[in-house]
Amino acid sequence: MKMSKRNFAAVIFFTIVAVFLFFTALLMHPFGDFDENEPEMDQRIIDNSQTETGANNAVTGVVFDYRGFDTLGEATVLFTAVAGVILVFRRLKK
Amino acid sequence: MSGMSKIVKTIASITFPFVMIYGLYIIAHGHLTPGGGFQGGAIVASGAAMILVAYGSIWTMGKVKEKYLSVLESTGAIVFIGTAIFGLLFAGIFFNNFLFDGNIIFNIVPEKGSTVGILNSAGTLPIMNFAVGLKVIAGLFVIVLVMAYATTKRGGGKK
Repeated sequence: MKMSKRNFAAVIFFTIVAVFLFFTALLMHPFGDFDENEPEMDQRIIDNSQTETGANNAVTGVVFDYRGFDTLGEATVLFTAVAGVILVFRRLKK
Repeated sequence: MSGMSKIVKTIASITFPFVMIYGLYIIAHGHLTPGGGFQGGAIVASGAAMILVAYGSIWTMGKVKEKYLSVLESTGAIVFIGTAIFGLLFAGIFFNNFLFDGNIIFNIVPEKGSTVGILNSAGTLPIMNFAVGLKVIAGLFVIVLVMAYATTKRGGGKK
């Protein structure tokens, strides 16, 4: 059976993504391991979020300031959900 | 759904303002206390859904049209992205918090450590909280309202 061009491209793409994910997984730092000499993102946010964002609530500081793009994506998901529901149920309304 | 008994309607009417105030408080104090736009918006939308269950979808649809709720949701999205783009214009970085130590509004920077919350702080975060809250209120309520209204039997069992 001859593989079509489209399937061939899909296999190549899948292989690239799989290899990339595999080596990324090898590079992750061990689960639950905390190096006291190199405090990481969480400690930095706890130390600096009040003076850098002005918010007493560090979670809001992270959600709306440090990780604003994530919130933008969530808002887009909600917008898509509303659009989908109105689209699907519009025919039933009449 | 075509409304429930008079007891349910009365109790829902009495409880409704308190649910609204609680949800709006969660949104307004999002930068000081646990919660924020999403959580407070979900509370307000739950209160509106309670009214929807108690009074029925036809009555509620007569009071609130879903296209106005869609406009409200889009307004929230535009305010949210607009604040982010103002960060790009004024400070050069998308989503930059350009207000928090300026001299316009929301400009008090709290002491480090555990302090009493100041409502007039945190720069763009309260604006974004209100925008996301508006978006979640309108979005969740329009989902529930449209689904309830579309599946209601009207006019002699005709769907």
